[in-house]
Amino acid sequence: MATIQSTTAERGHPAAVTAEGYGWRHAGRKDPALSDVSFRIEPGERVLLLGASGAGKSTLLHAIAGVLGDDGEGDEAGSLAVDGMHPVQSRGRTGLVLQDPESQVVMARVGDEVAFGAENMALPRDEIWSRVRESLGDVGLEVPLDHATTALSGGQKQRLALASVLAMRPGVLLLDEPTANLDPDGVLEVRDAVVGVLERTGATLIVVEHRVAVWADVVDRVIVLAASGGVLADGPPADVLNAAGTRERLIEAGVWVPGYTPRLRTSLPTGGGNGSDGGHGTPGTDLLRAADLSVARTRRAGPVVNKVSLELAAGEALSITGPNGAGKSTLALTLAGLLTPAGGKLEAAPELRRGAAGTVHKWKSAELVTRIGTVFQEPEHQFLTHRVIDELEFGPRRVARLPEDEVRRRVDAIAERLRLTKLLQANPFTLSGGEKRRLSVATMLATSPDILVLDEPTFGQDANTWAEMVSLLGGLIADGHAVVSVTHDGDFTAALGGNVLRVADGTAQLQAPATSGRAA
Amino acid sequence: MSLDIMTPRLTASPFTRANPLSKLAAVAMVTVVVMLSVDWVSAGVVLAAELLLMPVLGISAWALFKRGWPLVVAALVGAYGTALLAEKTGAVVFEAGPLLFTEDSINSGVAIGLRSLAVALPGIFLLLTTDPTDLADALAQKLKLPHRFVLGALAGLRLVGLLVDEWRTLGLARRARGVGAENKPLAKLAAFLGQAFGLIVQAIRRATRLAVAMEARGFGGAQRTWARESTFSRVDIWVFLGGALVSAAAVTAAVSAGTWNFIFG
Repeated sequence: MATIQSTTAERGHPAAVTAEGYGWRHAGRKDPALSDVSFRIEPGERVLLLGASGAGKSTLLHAIAGVLGDDGEGDEAGSLAVDGMHPVQSRGRTGLVLQDPESQVVMARVGDEVAFGAENMALPRDEIWSRVRESLGDVGLEVPLDHATTALSGGQKQRLALASVLAMRPGVLLLDEPTANLDPDGVLEVRDAVVGVLERTGATLIVVEHRVAVWADVVDRVIVLAASGGVLADGPPADVLNAAGTRERLIEAGVWVPGYTPRLRTSLPTGGGNGSDGGHGTPGTDLLRAADLSVARTRRAGPVVNKVSLELAAGEALSITGPNGAGKSTLALTLAGLLTPAGGKLEAAPELRRGAAGTVHKWKSAELVTRIGTVFQEPEHQFLTHRVIDELEFGPRRVARLPEDEVRRRVDAIAERLRLTKLLQANPFTLSGGEKRRLSVATMLATSPDILVLDEPTFGQDANTWAEMVSLLGGLIADGHAVVSVTHDGDFTAALGGNVLRVADGTAQLQAPATSGRAA
Repeated sequence: MSLDIMTPRLTASPFTRANPLSKLAAVAMVTVVVMLSVDWVSAGVVLAAELLLMPVLGISAWALFKRGWPLVVAALVGAYGTALLAEKTGAVVFEAGPLLFTEDSINSGVAIGLRSLAVALPGIFLLLTTDPTDLADALAQKLKLPHRFVLGALAGLRLVGLLVDEWRTLGLARRARGVGAENKPLAKLAAFLGQAFGLIVQAIRRATRLAVAMEARGFGGAQRTWARESTFSRVDIWVFLGGALVSAAAVTAAVSAGTWNFIFG
C-alpha cells in the first residue's frame, strides 16, 4: 500500500506557530476562555499542551486550527499565527483530530473520508487518490478503500481521522485528547501511528492530553496553560514535570503526572450508618445471580455474550473489562434490568426482590430505581430537568413516591455527600464534566438502590475527578452497596478491589480478584 | 442501521451502475403520470411494468418486501377507506349494516390502492439501488447544486443513523431514572417529548462537532474538486427511455380504455 514514498519537501514543510498575548472570549461569556498566551513553537517541535479543566487547551487548539468562528462568535485579543498567517487563512496547513471518534467522520467509506480534505483543497483527482493511499499507509490502516467507516473500531477511527488530515499535508498536527475515548490497546495504536507519521513528515505536533504518560516520551516540549490566564510553565518535559513548583500545580490541576497516583480520601464516608440513603443489605448477602446468561442489545441483533454465570452480593465490587465492542455495556445493562436477557437466567435474591414481581427486566420503574441504579457513560443522557435540585428530587418524589420530609432529608444528605450543595440551583447541562458525573451518580443514589451499575465511570476523567469517583464508590461498597462497573481502567479496578469479569469473543470469564493495594 | 443507509450492499445490476440522476428522472416521469390521473388502468400498467422490470433492475422480491411492506399495508388501508367512503354509485356489491360497497366505490378504492403502490415502488427501487454518496456526487457535479448544501446533507444523513442508536440509549438511560413510571397517557406523552428534547440536544452537539471537523478540513471554500467522478453512460439512456416508455404506455392504455381521468380536468 505504501509504495509511494515522497520526500519531506513534497509533503509540505513543518510550520511554526506563534502566539503573542493571544486571548479569546466566547460571545456572551463574561470571562475569556483563554487570555494572554504567548509562545513560539518552531517548525517540527513536538509539544504537549497541559492545564486544568477550563484552562482553555481545546480553545487554543481550535484557534490554531482556525475553527473558532468569526467575530460574531467571540472576541480575539493579541495575535496568533501559523507560519506568519492568521489561522483562518492557513486551514489545510493545520490538521485537527478531535476526541470523539464518532462525530468527526464525514463520509460513509474510508477512501472517501480521507479524500474529503484533499477535495476541499481543490487538488486534481489523481493527486487526491495518491495522497489517500499514502496517508492510509502512513497510519497503517490497511482496509479496502470502500470499507464502511462505521465498521471500524475506535482506534481505527482515530487513525482514519489522522489519515484524513494527513492527506492535506499539514505543517502542524493538532490532536485534542485523541485517545481519551479508547481502550488501552487503542491508545497505543493511535499513539504509535502518530509517532510514525511524525517521523515520516517531520510535522510540528501540538497534543492536548491529561494522561501525560502516553505522550511524555514522544514530545520534546511541554506548555502548561494557567487557569487564570497566561502560560504557567514552558520547557522540556523532564524540567516541567519534575520541577517542584510546576509538578505540584499540575497535580493540583488534575493532570495525570507520571509517577503520581491520585490520593484517595482515606476516611470513607459512611452513608449507611446515619441512614442517609436508606437500608441495604449487610455485606455478603446475595443479591443477584446469573446462570448461563446470554445478552443482546436488541432481539434482532442477536446475543453478543453467552454463558455468563456470576453471583453478586452486597458490599461487593465487580469490574467488567475487555476490549471495545465486546459487549460489556450490553451485559451490564442486562444485569441492571434495562435489557431483556437473550437466554439463560437472571435471578434476584429475596433480599433484593423484596416483593417485586417477575424477573428483573420486568420490574416497574419504581421497583427498579429502589433496587438497581444505572449510571450511563454520558451523564447528559440521564438529565431530565433544568435544575440540579430537581434532578435529585425526581427519583425519590416522582418515582419512589416517598413522603416529602424523607425526600428533603435524602436530597440534602446526598447533595452534601457529593458536594453538590452549592450547585442546587444550577442547570445540569452547564456543569463541568466532573460535576455532571457526580450529579449522575447522586441522582441514582437518591432512591437508595442496593446495586449500582456504572458504565465507564472514569473514562476521560482528570486525576481529581478520578480520585473522587474511586473514593465515593469505595465508600458505597463499605456501606453495603454492590457496585458493578464497566471499565478499561486498570488503576480503577485495582483501587476498588473485588472480582474482575473479562468479556471477550462472546464469553465472559471471572478472573482472580483485583488487589486493592492502592485503595488503602 | 447507519451501515444500511450509507453503504448499502447493492446488487451488480446495470441499473445500480446507472447515474442516480437518470434514475431520478425516470422515477419522476413515471410518478407524474400516475399522479395525473385517478384510474386503475394507468396505475395498473405502471405497477405491472415495475414488477416485470424487477429482475432487470436487480431487485429481489424479498428485499422489496423488507423495505416496502409498510407501504403495501398503507396502500391496502387506503384502498379500503376509499371504497368505503367514495360516492356509492353503480350496483351494490356488498352490504352489511353501515358497510356499503358499490361497483364504483370499489373501482375508486382499487385505483387508489394501485396508484399508491405504483408511486411508492419506484422510490423503493431508487433506495435499493442507489448509494447516497453517488447521489450526492451526481447532484453536485452534474446538476451543479451547491456543494456545501449537498455534502452537508450527506453528512447529516450519516448522523441520522447515529441518532437511531442514540435514541435507544436515551430510552434506556431514562428508564434507569424511572421515567415512564406513570401509566397515564399525558405522563407518557411528556416522557416522549422529554426524550425527543434530549435527542435534539445530543443531535445539536454532534452536528456542531461534525461541522468543526469539516471546517478544520477546509470545507466551505469556493473551489472544490471531486475524488469520484459522476458520469453518464449508455445505461443511462436506457434508464431514461425505460421511464419514458412506461409513462407513455400507461397514458395510451388509459386513454384508449377510456378510463383516463385527469385530476385537473
